[in-house]
Amino acid sequence: MEAIKQLILATVPDALIEEKIQLTVTVSPEALRPVALALRNDESACFDYLIQLTGVDYGEALGVVYLLSTSLDLSRCLVLKTATTDREQPTLPTVSDIWGTAILNEREVYDFFGIRFIGHPDMRHLFLTERWKGYPLRKDYDASREQNPVNLTSYDMPDTSVKWVSGKNGIKLEKVQLFEDDDYVLNIGPQHPATHGVLHFRTALDGEIIKKIDVNCGYIHRGIEKLCEGLTYPQMLHFTDRLDYLSSHINRHALCLCVEKAAGIEVPRRAEYIRTIMDELTRITSHLLSWACMCMDMGALTAFIYGMRDREKILDIFEQTTGGRLIQNYNVIGGVMADIHPDFVKKVKEFIPYMHKSLREYHQLYTGNVIARDRMIGVGVLEKETAVSYAVSGPVGRASGFHCDLRNIAPYAAYDQVIFKEIIRTEGDSMARYLNRLDEIEQSLSIIDQLIDTIPAGPCCAKTKPIIRLPEGEYFQRVEAARGEFGVYILSKGEKSPWRLKFRSPSMALVSIMDTVCHGAKIADLITIGGSMDYVIPDIDR
Amino acid sequence: MFDFSIVTTWIDQFLRTYLPEFWVLAIEFIVVGVIMLALYAVIALVLIYFERKICAFFQCRLGPNRVGPYGIFQSIADMVKMLIKEIIPIRHTDKLLFYLAPFFVVVASFLTFGAIPFGRGLQVFDFNIGVFYLLAVSSLGVIGILLAGWSSNNKYAMIGAMRSGAQLISYELSAGLSMLTIVVLSGSMQLSTIIENQKDCWYLFQGHIPAVIAFIIYLIAGHAETNRGPFDLPEAESELTAGYHTEYSGLQFGMFYLAEYLNMFIIASIATTMFLGGWMPFHITGFDAFNQIMDYIPSVIWFFIKTFVLMFLSLWVRWTFPRLRIDQLLHLEWKYLLPINMVNILIMVVLVLLGWSF
Repeated sequence: MEAIKQLILATVPDALIEEKIQLTVTVSPEALRPVALALRNDESACFDYLIQLTGVDYGEALGVVYLLSTSLDLSRCLVLKTATTDREQPTLPTVSDIWGTAILNEREVYDFFGIRFIGHPDMRHLFLTERWKGYPLRKDYDASREQNPVNLTSYDMPDTSVKWVSGKNGIKLEKVQLFEDDDYVLNIGPQHPATHGVLHFRTALDGEIIKKIDVNCGYIHRGIEKLCEGLTYPQMLHFTDRLDYLSSHINRHALCLCVEKAAGIEVPRRAEYIRTIMDELTRITSHLLSWACMCMDMGALTAFIYGMRDREKILDIFEQTTGGRLIQNYNVIGGVMADIHPDFVKKVKEFIPYMHKSLREYHQLYTGNVIARDRMIGVGVLEKETAVSYAVSGPVGRASGFHCDLRNIAPYAAYDQVIFKEIIRTEGDSMARYLNRLDEIEQSLSIIDQLIDTIPAGPCCAKTKPIIRLPEGEYFQRVEAARGEFGVYILSKGEKSPWRLKFRSPSMALVSIMDTVCHGAKIADLITIGGSMDYVIPDIDR
Repeated sequence: MFDFSIVTTWIDQFLRTYLPEFWVLAIEFIVVGVIMLALYAVIALVLIYFERKICAFFQCRLGPNRVGPYGIFQSIADMVKMLIKEIIPIRHTDKLLFYLAPFFVVVASFLTFGAIPFGRGLQVFDFNIGVFYLLAVSSLGVIGILLAGWSSNNKYAMIGAMRSGAQLISYELSAGLSMLTIVVLSGSMQLSTIIENQKDCWYLFQGHIPAVIAFIIYLIAGHAETNRGPFDLPEAESELTAGYHTEYSGLQFGMFYLAEYLNMFIIASIATTMFLGGWMPFHITGFDAFNQIMDYIPSVIWFFIKTFVLMFLSLWVRWTFPRLRIDQLLHLEWKYLLPINMVNILIMVVLVLLGWSF
């Protein structure tokens, strides 16, 4: 900790360092890049993992909050902050060349706050259209219907992007060509069977070989972060289920944990156990669906049905206890909404051996298949450095040899009570990602097996006030969702609703590496890689 | 065993006693054409039903079960739907080629369909170059697919058509060469002679190992020619939405659909004819009583049973395997199947020259 302080002060003497829950460093925009580079390149600090990048409107200033961590030890965090007071033409230096995560996230900040990042190679809107007026997450945004009427006519997507460059005579605008003139550009999506939702890849092809992928998001953006700013904490829980709907329970767990920690609410032990078991069941359903869809994308329809068949068993268990199948609405602040169904333990215990048997069947049906192996081994190799730089976590990150299982590194709920193996592979190809998911199902089963008999008695929910006010401050919570690290950032000003709330979505990181990973692959590989990445679109378009 | 040529000859004689030759021929052509068209459609409907049921059982489902008992009228209902569905006109297409393409595909498969011997004396035309004819007309289909992809003015369709061109032309070679292996063995290209030669023992067993290899290669290559999984790259639902027929709707799509199922039947029936004795019953030399019993089963049933078994094999493969990638597909053909086939045909020639076949 002291060493990091020394390092920052040596680079920028006037940096403001505060020791809150996390070490928080505030620097001026000019000092941002030197500090970022120093933190990134220092051998002992080695902050090479930019978890999230959040734009914040402080009222008079517009700022960005960087949550940094290191691939050496994911539990070590540092918050870096900077802000600019210019609200007309706000500019900040880019860090997209230091951390790959920033490429898409800075575009998101530009979308919602209008901050232009100097030196960013592709400063287009990410979620909004080029015609959108105003910056929605600014506090002075005019949300009236006249400002942005519903558009019913279609218009062309631009083939050019812009880059802001600082020169001798101030800031200059440069045009960037996205594709070459004679590129054969194929639109994969927004309506396509293999994008698993409304994602849009503009793919430049040379025959069957992919030259470049331009990702277009925002087709189902719902402005959840903006909506949350007007709701109380218990009200906004429902949105989390609808982010990554396949790990709905885990997302909601994250927001509950964040609010509980900030408000100092003690969660009963029983609730923690139930939450952990539910999290792992959710993870199994998610991985099963992912396995099934990946097989379907590669043309094996029977495997798809097998996966769905076994997922149904867990959904039945969910339905019995929570009433919901896909969206459970089960976690509440202080615990869980209702106690488990009397049959819950019995059904889960029946499920564990059944799933072990099914996993063997999957391996027999698909893993050993010669065509499947040929299509997955060595396809879409993701290097560890790229994975860390683009903040790719979850089964995909672990397939590239990146230790990023937060259940192990920073245990929450009842994860400190169980012993399980973090599945690490180093190949980084589609096969490794595929196998990682199946192996993680096995680990999840073992976690459930360890917990199911030891659920402590007691209440399942702590008593809370109907309106919860968080004390002023910034709160972070990170959990391990099915697709990787899911994060919540709350900036509270002591009100009943947050000043700014940000969800860190794991899927955005997965989509941001598609261009790098797919370069030189074939169209069929793009589909395999997409299946092995297993992104969920509502998670990207929050 | 009942010979259907008795019936056909009798009808021919009957007509000739009352009508001049021109009218006799005209009536016969029309009758045969109508029967074949009806058979073509009926086989497709039955196949669609079978495929849906069989794949449902592979996938722990029930399959169609609402329209009629066990859902047997499902494909008829689907056909009616297909017939009355609107054909959506697409702007900026090459109209002539766009409308022509489905006909190419259907006509190619229909022409092949005509040459298939369904039973003793039940074959529309029996050329002395039957095998050559089958190879020639069945490869016409690729023109239709290429035209469909080109004229649709759609990038998915275009890529699908290009894949299809590469795939069909490559696998045509293997299919042709493996059929030639049998032609070497039988010494004839006439389908009726080929079947007659298998009276005592099917070519699959007569030709020792080379015939078995040729049979397996023909099944793989034939399966690839039907554009069905794992060789469904031209359509590749999850990659190219629907490939070359993305822009087709209503009956035009129905024609592609029909041709796909019929092609599966045709490939299976050619394999039956060339390797499994066509409509010939299963005979074992020396077991006269057994052979007699086998002879009581009508030839048509023999033909359809064998064809069905081969089609079941093709469905099994389709619903189990994932799709190949285009380079793997071409690797399989040019690096494995074709060289094996060429060596195989040489071995067969040597076998036949030495008189080692049964």
